[in-house]
Amino acid sequence: MALTKAEIAEALFDQLGLNKREARELVDLFFEELRAALSTGEQVKLSGFGNFDLRDKNQRPGRNPKTGKEIPISARRVVTFRPGQKLKARVEAYAGTKQ
Amino acid sequence: MTKSELIELIAAKQQHLPTKDVELAVKQVLEIMGDALSQGSRIEIRGFGSFSLHFRPPRQGRNPKTGETVALSGKYVPHFKPGKDLRERVNAGIDNPIRD
Repeated sequence: MALTKAEIAEALFDQLGLNKREARELVDLFFEELRAALSTGEQVKLSGFGNFDLRDKNQRPGRNPKTGKEIPISARRVVTFRPGQKLKARVEAYAGTKQ
Repeated sequence: MTKSELIELIAAKQQHLPTKDVELAVKQVLEIMGDALSQGSRIEIRGFGSFSLHFRPPRQGRNPKTGETVALSGKYVPHFKPGKDLRERVNAGIDNPIRD
C-alpha cells in the first residue's frame, strides 16, 4: 500500500490534531510550493529528508525502440532527488520483503 | 529553497494556522514520509511523483585508508521518480537560471 496525500493529511489529523480541512490544505500547499519552486529554477533543500536538484541535459541522440529509427532527444531540465543522511540511514535498515 | 523558507511560504498562503503550527506540520509531513519509506512503503503523490526503495545488492568494498577489502551487505536506498506534471513544469522553466 502506497502513502498518498489523503493519508498524509489523515496522519496530520491523528498525530497533530489539525482539523481535516486544514490538514488537506497544508498537504496540498506543501507539494504545490515544492513544484512552484522547482519550476522557477529554484532547487529545494529539506534538511534530514533530502534535496531536489535540477539538472540541464543537452540534446542527445535517441532511437524509437519500436521502429529503430533515430530521433534526437531534445535538451531538457530534469529534477533529481538526493536523499539526506538521516533518511538514508533510516531506509538502509529496512530488510523486509520486496515492496 | 530551504525548509524554513517553505514554512514561511505556506504560512503566508493560508489563513487558519499560525507559522509555529505550519512549522510543526511541515516537519511532521517529512516524518510521515520518512516513516513510510523506512517501513518499505511507497509514496505516491499525483502530479508530483513517487518515492520508492531500490535494493543495492551486497558487494565487496574497500577501506580507502588501509586498502583492506570489506564485505558490504545489501541495503535499500530511497528513489524518487518525478511525476508527469512536475516533469513538464520543470522543463517549461528551463530558461530560468538554476538557483539554490
